[in-house]
Amino acid sequence: MENRGITFGYGFLSQESSFDVQFSLIEFDGSHSYFRAYLVGLLNTILVSVIGIIFATIIGIVVGIARLSNNYLIKRTAAVYVEFFRNIPLLLQIFFWYFAALRALPLPQDAEPMFGVFFLTIKGFFVPAFVWNNLDIFIYSLIAAVISIIFIRIYARKKQEKDGVQTPVLSISIGLLLILPILSFLFGGVDTSIEVPVIKQLSQSGFTYEGGIKLPPELISLALALSLYTATFIAECVRAGVQGVSKGQKEAAASIGLTPNQVLKLVVMPQALRIIIPPTTNQYLNLTKNSSLAAAIAYPDLVLVFAGTALMQTGRAIEIVSITMLTYLSLSISISIFMNWYNKKIAIKEK
Amino acid sequence: MLTNKYKQKGRIMFKYLKQLTSLVAMVAVLFTFTTETMAAKKSKTLKNTQKKGFVRCGVSQGLPGFSNADAAGNWTGVDVDVCRAVAAAVLGDANKVKFTPLSAKERFTALTSNEIDILSRNTTWTLSRDADIGLTFVGVNFYDGQGFMVRKNSGYSSVNDFKNGISACTNLGTTTELNMRDFFNSKGISYEPVTFEKADEVVAAYDAGRCDTYTTDKSGLAAQRIKLSSPDDHVVLPETISKEPLGPVVRQGDSVWEDIVRWSLNVMIEAEEYGVNSANADSMKTSDNPAVKRLVGAEGELGAALGLDNDWSLRIIKQVGNYGESYKRNIADTGILPDRGPNELWTKGGILYVPPAR
Repeated sequence: MENRGITFGYGFLSQESSFDVQFSLIEFDGSHSYFRAYLVGLLNTILVSVIGIIFATIIGIVVGIARLSNNYLIKRTAAVYVEFFRNIPLLLQIFFWYFAALRALPLPQDAEPMFGVFFLTIKGFFVPAFVWNNLDIFIYSLIAAVISIIFIRIYARKKQEKDGVQTPVLSISIGLLLILPILSFLFGGVDTSIEVPVIKQLSQSGFTYEGGIKLPPELISLALALSLYTATFIAECVRAGVQGVSKGQKEAAASIGLTPNQVLKLVVMPQALRIIIPPTTNQYLNLTKNSSLAAAIAYPDLVLVFAGTALMQTGRAIEIVSITMLTYLSLSISISIFMNWYNKKIAIKEK
Repeated sequence: MLTNKYKQKGRIMFKYLKQLTSLVAMVAVLFTFTTETMAAKKSKTLKNTQKKGFVRCGVSQGLPGFSNADAAGNWTGVDVDVCRAVAAAVLGDANKVKFTPLSAKERFTALTSNEIDILSRNTTWTLSRDADIGLTFVGVNFYDGQGFMVRKNSGYSSVNDFKNGISACTNLGTTTELNMRDFFNSKGISYEPVTFEKADEVVAAYDAGRCDTYTTDKSGLAAQRIKLSSPDDHVVLPETISKEPLGPVVRQGDSVWEDIVRWSLNVMIEAEEYGVNSANADSMKTSDNPAVKRLVGAEGELGAALGLDNDWSLRIIKQVGNYGESYKRNIADTGILPDRGPNELWTKGGILYVPPAR
């Protein structure tokens, strides 16, 4: 490296970055350091991965169960969806959703409001924002609700083990989640108002929206492409899991008088999950790593902001690529550890 | 006992080695005085290029006028011509070039990691790039500046009309990103930067209406405007917000190679200054002007200093042409920037001025 006149060191991380990023979860502009630019990219990667994982899981479960449906139409539709989306390269799908969406979405001035306050335009999805007073008290009330729900569940289980009486945990939980926050509004001084996006003229032909929250089209199309693609694989995992539970189990459960819902909840799902979780973990890891394709469509993720712009401006290729690789490694390992813990939790406990 | 024996043996070996090195040194000293192609021996890049039989040149992924491949895979452009000139000088054939298309992000790493030997890819010469990351800029083959393109029906006639919330599409990892921030900051305008890795995607996104303005070097704007669905609906604003001297880059540490690339470019510009072109180069050998005669290799021993033969510059002019020919062929005749502006010779009101080849 010395031969080629390249110096090595991580000192550049504290230097001023002097570039801007279009979308960031934390405050960022060019006067912040390269390290903060790294955090911006990392948080954006985590954001799109989390959104992608949530939607991929929901779509995957629905489609996976639909593939086992007795209804011919539902079954075939689900199969066509799976075969179509899992067999086209992801990068092409990202391009398709991004550029197709850009072509199809209206310009800001032509956008029809949804429910009067949502505006889906070529420049992004503009949604109303909540403006909070005493947000912290509201959050404390939510935390209090969650903690009490956990205690009630433990108590309910003990009671069932002792007397065999089931407590309606679900309705109590929902009630708590509603009542405590409402109390915080009434007595805690919590107050919220809604800020609706307002159209703003930039030039004779150019418009945008001001106020509210703006979700850039890059985030929307990337999350969409990632979830639709990964959901096909999760759907297959779910199908494999449910089919892996032998028929005799269901029949035995039904014969001791469990309702169909109880059969699914108490007999089929616990066994199916054991088959579903390990391959689904792989899909979560894939989705997180695939999110690095964001650079192709200008979504400011870790690769675009840090291994892209920051690398270019500093020329520190070895340092930046090594940090980026380590970051993806840590992200993947964290997901992996969490999923392994969950897998162990639901595994058969031999006593 | 055993160790002593080895020590003794080692000492004898060392003695032989010492004699051998002094012999080599003597021979080397002798050669320095006797051969003139010592430059070739000193330059690893030159030696490797001659061994391989082609010049490894990094170019853009497609910027009309600068480096662009046609359907048959033939590269043309003023940046391409710099590499062709080096190939003509070093290998005797302007076509012996292997072009590697690189994104803005890849370009410097490709050069420092020895994938290419010349980076001729509309790259801005800045202090930090020159001094910090193992690169050396050898000259300027295009004086450019950053500008803004907007839709005609927006009514913008100047950058001073820009308003808060404007979104600007541009390329990732370029000086453009930094200039843009400096510009909007100094004007106190809040803006949304949308950065893509490839120029084609920037064009597509701007064309679709994702951005209100497209900003990059003005030559780039002129070239990319042709790719838009209706080029006439767009206009480049008059203001230039930065200095962008674009030029070829080589790896740091091979000064002979650096000189070859620098002077290949300089010869093209000087040839235009003295009116030498691809058509009349041979007949200029009998010119009365010694400067012209030196350019076509009829006088002096300029090639030897670079480790080349004396016809190197003649080959550049005959095979690639002078700078004016290259500009006309690639940029003016294609309708990108018919007006040469600052890229005119200093004798004709531009700022192209190169040190004399003598």
